[in-house]
This record gives sequence, C-alpha cells and structure tokens, in this order.
Amino acid sequence: MMRRLAAFLVLLGVWCASAGPALAIDIERVVSPGGIEAWLVRDPTLPLLTMEMRFRGGAASEPADRVGIAQLATDMLREGAGDLDSSAFARALDDRSISLGFGASSDSMSVGLRVLNEHREFGIGLLVAALTRPRFDPQTVERVRTRLLAGYAREAEEPRAQVRRAFQAAAFPNHPYGRSLEAAIAGTRAATIDEMRALLTARMARDNLIVGVVGDITAQELGPLLDRALGALPAKSRPVEVAEIRAEISAERMIVIKRRLPQSVQIFGAPGLKRDDPDWFAAQLVNYVLGGGGFSSRLMTEVREKRGLTYGVSTGLSALDFGAVLVGSSSTENSRAALSLDVIRGEWRRMADEGPTADELEGAKAFLTGSFPLGLDSSASVARLLVAIQYDHLGFDYLSRRDQLIRSVTLDDARRVARRLYGGRGFLTVIVGEPEGLESSGG
Amino acid sequence: MRILLIGLIAIIGTFGAAAGRAQVFNPTSFTLANGLQVVVVENHRAPIVSHMVWYRVGAADEPPGKSGIAHFLEHLMFKGTQILQPGEFSRTVARNGGRDNAFTSWDYTGYVQTVARDRLDLVMRMEADRMANLVLTDAVVLPERDVILEERRQVVDNVPGARLREQMNAAMFLNHPYGRPIIGWEHEMRGLTRDDAIAWYRTWYAPNNAVLIVAGDVTADEVRGLAQTHYGPVAAKPVPARMRPAEPPPQAARRVVLKDERVRQQSWSRSYLAPSLARGDRAQAYPLQVLADILGGQSGRLYRSLVVERQLATSAGAAYDSDAVDLSSFAVWATPRPGVTIEAVERAMEEELTALLRDGVQVEEVERARTRLGAASVLARDALGTAPRVIGAALMSGMSIDELEAWPRRIADVTADQVTAAARAVFDEARSVTGYLLQKPPS
Repeated sequence: MMRRLAAFLVLLGVWCASAGPALAIDIERVVSPGGIEAWLVRDPTLPLLTMEMRFRGGAASEPADRVGIAQLATDMLREGAGDLDSSAFARALDDRSISLGFGASSDSMSVGLRVLNEHREFGIGLLVAALTRPRFDPQTVERVRTRLLAGYAREAEEPRAQVRRAFQAAAFPNHPYGRSLEAAIAGTRAATIDEMRALLTARMARDNLIVGVVGDITAQELGPLLDRALGALPAKSRPVEVAEIRAEISAERMIVIKRRLPQSVQIFGAPGLKRDDPDWFAAQLVNYVLGGGGFSSRLMTEVREKRGLTYGVSTGLSALDFGAVLVGSSSTENSRAALSLDVIRGEWRRMADEGPTADELEGAKAFLTGSFPLGLDSSASVARLLVAIQYDHLGFDYLSRRDQLIRSVTLDDARRVARRLYGGRGFLTVIVGEPEGLESSGG
Repeated sequence: MRILLIGLIAIIGTFGAAAGRAQVFNPTSFTLANGLQVVVVENHRAPIVSHMVWYRVGAADEPPGKSGIAHFLEHLMFKGTQILQPGEFSRTVARNGGRDNAFTSWDYTGYVQTVARDRLDLVMRMEADRMANLVLTDAVVLPERDVILEERRQVVDNVPGARLREQMNAAMFLNHPYGRPIIGWEHEMRGLTRDDAIAWYRTWYAPNNAVLIVAGDVTADEVRGLAQTHYGPVAAKPVPARMRPAEPPPQAARRVVLKDERVRQQSWSRSYLAPSLARGDRAQAYPLQVLADILGGQSGRLYRSLVVERQLATSAGAAYDSDAVDLSSFAVWATPRPGVTIEAVERAMEEELTALLRDGVQVEEVERARTRLGAASVLARDALGTAPRVIGAALMSGMSIDELEAWPRRIADVTADQVTAAARAVFDEARSVTGYLLQKPPS
C-alpha cells in the first residue's frame, strides 16, 4: 500500500527538512458535512484511532468564588453518562481497552480518546454520551469532589507545588493565573451540579473546538464520524473573558516559606513572552543555552557538573494565553541553597550581558531542529501536536516552516532577546525549606 | 538513575498490561563473538532509532557497605574516556539532535540514546568506547557524589511517601539485597570513592555481560554490521557470578509506620513477597499478572469496593511486576478519604482479600482481564520506546525472547483456578509488610 507509513510522514517531513531536502508533510484537513474541522494524519500500521480535542477557555475563566469548578466538572465526564452509572461506564471502557480522558487547564479544556478499530463505534458512543448526557449522580459528585479536595490537601505540603503556587500568586496578583490553593478548595466545595452543567455547556461547543486525529481511518470516513461524535455539541460557546496581564516581576524579590525539609526547593524567574511573540524562537534558543538544554546547559554545567549543588536545574518559557513567565527550578540542601542561587543568578546576568556564543547558538539550533521528531513517538503525541498547531494559529504549513524559523535567528537576534529576557530589573525567587542565610526580601 | 528509574517501572508495569496476537514485537537476536547479545526491533514508522545498552548488574550486586555504587557509576559513565571529555557524550548527542539518559535498577544498569537513524553509527561508537575506556578523576567524581546525595534528598528524603517505601522494602527482604535502596543509604553514599567506582566498572562492564538493543528505522543487517564494527573489538573478560543470598521462608507479618508532620493525606499499603518469572513458584507469575488486573484499575475489585461502593477511600489499587532476577512482590494500597480512619480502610481491604481467598475469582472476571491484556499488546506497539524497554527488562531478569513473545498465549492460557491458587499462595499474612503513612501533629 502506498501510504503504509503515512502517519509518520509528518516526522519524515520534519526530519528530512533538517537533514536535507524537505518533503511534503501529510496532514489532511477534514471538514465534516456538519462543518466540524479536524486535522488528520492517517496511520494504517496499527488498528487504532486516536482523537485529541481541545476547547478554548479553561480554569482562568472561572468566577473567583468557583475556582476549581472546571476540573471538577471535567472529571465528572468520566463518571457515568446516559444509562451507564460511574461503575458501568468505567467497566465499558476497561472491557474494551478504550482510554477516554477529560481535563481542564488554565486556558482550555481537553478530551482524549484512544480506541481499537474493533470497538470504534462503541468508543464514539461513549464519547458522545459523556459530552451530551453526563449523569452527575449526586453521590458520585461527592466522591469526586472528595478526591479532588484530598489532592489539594496533599498539594498544600508538596514543596514543588507550594513554590509554584506562590510564584504564580506573586507574578499574577489579582488575576486568575495567580489564584490560591485556598480559593480552589473553597470553589471546589461550593460548586453545584447545575453550575457544572452550565459551565460545560458554555465552554464545550463547536465554535471553540479544535480536533486532531491520528489513526487507521480515511478522510472520507472521518467526516461523518466527526458529526456523530461532536455534532450534538452546542454551536456557540460563551466568550472567554480573561484580562491580559504582564507578570508583575519588576524588582529583586525573594519569598522564603519556612518548612522543615532537608532540601530547599526553589523556583525563580522573570516576565516571559507569549507564543505569538516574534521573538519566540530566539527566546527558545537562548533559553536552551541557559537552562533548557538537558545535561548540557550552562546552568547544569555550572550548578550540577562543576559544583555538585543540585540533581537538576532547568528553565523554560511558560506561555499562557493571557500572560507569560520565564521560570526555572532546582533544589539544593539547605546549607548550600544560597550558594546555588548565587551561581544561578550569576549565570542569568551573564546571559543578559553577553548572550550565547556563536557556537552555543549553533548547538541550540541543531538540537531544537533535530530533536523535534523524537517527541512524536506515539499516536497521541502526534495528535496533540496537530491540536497545538491549530490552537496557537501556527498555520497548516507550520511543520515545513519550523526549521527555517529556528535557523533564521541570528546571533544579534539572540543577544537582543537575551537582554530582553534576562536583563530586566525583575527577578523573583520562591524557596521552601530551611535555606541558611536566606530571608524574604523585596516586594 | 540519572533521571530516575521510576518511569521505567511504570512503563513495564503497564506492559504487564501489554501484548496480542501471535507475536508482540518480532525482534531479531544474535550474539557477537565477544559475547555481546544484540536485539533488533524494526519499526519504520519514523526515521529514528533508540539505541540501548543494558548491563546485567545492578544495586542488588553491590558489596556490603557500598550501597549506591551501581547508580553512582551510572552517573560517572558520562564523565569521559580516553577520547571524550567529561560531559562530551551528552553534548555530542544533543548537538546531533538526540536525547540521552541512563537508569539503574536492582538487577540492571542501562544507557539509552534516541537519535535520527543516520546518527546511529555515532552513538554506537561512543557507547562502545565507554564500555571499556572510562577515565575517572577525583575532579569529576567528587562533585558528582554531591549530585547523587542531592538526588537522594530530592527523591527520597523530601518525600514522606518515598521514605516509607524505602523502609517497607528494607523490611520485606530479610536477607536478599533487594532490601537496599537503589540510590543507596546516605551514610554509605558519602563514603563512595573513585576507586570503588573503577573497581565496579572493571568487574562488571564487559560485552559478555551486556545486551545491545536497537529499535526503530533500521534493519537487522545494518545493525549487525555496525555492532561488529564498534562493539566487536571490545574484549570479553571474566565476569563473576552474582552473589544473591536467598530469602528464608517468611515467618511474621511486618508493620512499618512513618509519621511526618508534612503528611496531609494518610495512606495504607501492603506488599506480599511473591514469585517472579525467574524465581520462586514461577508458574504463578502469569496468574498473578491477571490477578493484578482483576484487583486494580478503575473497574477493578478494589476501586469498586473501597472507593465507589463503600466510599471509604479516594483511591485503591494493586500492582505486580514479574520481571526480577530473584523474588518480587505483589502490592495493594488505598488512601482513606477525609474522616475515615486508616484502620477502617485496612479492615475493608482485608475483607476484600479474605473474600477473594474464600470464594476465588470468577471465570468471567478472568476472561475480561485476559481480553484487556490481549488488547494491550496492540497498544504496546504504539509508542516507539516501549519495545526496547520491555525487551531489555525481560532479558535482564533472565527471560528468553521466545518466552517474552509468547506472552499473549501465556496470558490466554491462564485459568480462574490458577489465579485463585496463586492468590492463596501469595496473600499470606506472614509474607507481608504493611505500611502506614500517618500525619504527625506539628510539635
């Protein structure tokens, strides 16, 4: 069959673009008779269908007194629908090895389905039931609510979660991105079934839906399937109303949360940039050199390899729809935590002042172009990529342009963006533990 | 565990939920004249390859007083050879668009790179080089010792649940070195030296004590040629027999209690000493895999009873890993919901297990589990990295490739009577360690 390897022609295309002549990339844009669009990568090598769906608008649109309701509501979608109560629904999935999951993040809600060909129609039936006829049995709601509250209780003493929450709260004050754990606990307690139903109806509609499909299915088959699976959703969603915010990190500030821990856990950062920023790839390259590059980054070399101050240190661009931070993390025993932070802060400044070297920039380009296909190693990861490209408005031809976008970043661009990212006056650090010689300051 | 072993266990555990029709991965295997076994799994969905070398040595082979040396050496394998500078291995892989990592278990130590198919030659050359030509100096060894101490603080000391698991494991194995933590006891890690590392390397690292696995877009003939070129010249050497003191018959139930003021979510777990596919009553291994599926999962007995029907717990499950050179364990666990005592959860769990032993499992339950496990063999072929990891772990525990490929048939042959008999043999109080993670009131 000519298209035996079609699924991973995406990969092939990307790869060959970096290693030699570019190939056409085999994504098909499918529009159902009912008008639902999906991007498809056909892969007949396994008798499997993988669908990833995402709806714009997530937890950040929750009312301040209902923080957590999006998570609770989406969790309930897997807890019974139509004639099947929670246990019967779980068994219907398990007996046919169907995986069906729902989730909520700050900016979106997501649905993932993976089903063997022999159970495809059954799996679609369960998806439809979950999306259009969720049961919300009161006893089940209380069980799921309790589970989430127990998770929040655990999070309250989990050091990494603690510093992350505190960092977000300081960077995004009075904004949904900075809401507290207490707010999530209160909102999860207060949410009613009617409110959950209303939220799902308002947020999961055809006009804010993005679909990516990978599997043993043709475009002709997929069209009608999309209508069967998603056609019953409301046509229109409620507009997402979240304020744009620039991370409020404008000075040196340190927040120390005292806890009896053998090792201090720290998170640090500055304002970042969003996915649609023209400097996005220059920023990715510079970040790779400083702290995004696995074992070879400057921070790993200086903090871990040379000084043995940590098991891991890394930085990354955290870009949400309405605000962005550049954020790093590491952990070091209490007596050396201050030293570790000094080294990190020094490398941060050096990157602002000098930028990457020409050789480092080349290395970063080689990694960011070459390693891209390695992450696309399963149907679900390819399907998620198809969704992400649409979500971020990167364009149908993005995969054929990506390498060039990275390669065209010049050393001057990289130095300018390094100054922009690392050269500001703001640097926020949050530490939990008993770090010697460090106290809260600034802010 | 350069970047931790935990994920690997989870993957292999899932494969325990993995395998289908006649064959699973269809590997090709051959052995070089120096004793290096080579396994090739062709997978042409993407133009990438995963290259792994697994050594038949792990934490359970360490001499008394040197706990952690297997894992320490794994870190030190990145510190250079006669031709590579410290860190150059990982830098070179990244520079070529690849990713690399390593992992240590009680029974094995492994090294992995994922790269474009045309970079296979490069990583093979480097991996073969460090099989025999490692160079270590105190300048690189001593900071790295600080790194593994930080790793221990991060993954064990800072995490109450991990500290409890370490203690439970030590209580489970009365005589066998599986009772020692892979990362090592801190006081012994502090004393590990360059000489210890070199001695370990010289004793165990040899082609005749290793398995090379290459999976991806490559043919067996290509791998044969490359392996001969790069690994062929590495000389075989005598490798000592493993010293693995056997467990005495267990006599008494053990209870391990860890109280920590940071615990917000109490939890209960119990492990039973169990046979593996290589040791003990091996015929029970496949029935125990089926049993874990019947008990665990969202539609499994434990979740249904403790979480859904009786509303005592927020989670409940079971797990069994059949891959071990020596004995293994079968675990069950539950997390009480707020307001429910840990004793009530323990009682409910014991009632479930008592009913299981009294009434046995039902034929219909076993059929459903077999169907699920069968489907898992198809799903296991989806992610490109699954095959080499599953094959490696199986070979390291002494299983043959034929036996691994027969997995779907072995599971299909399991009867309800066998599952009941295996449960009765293993769920014996005297074989058990029960762990209680409790909140200590703040002092």
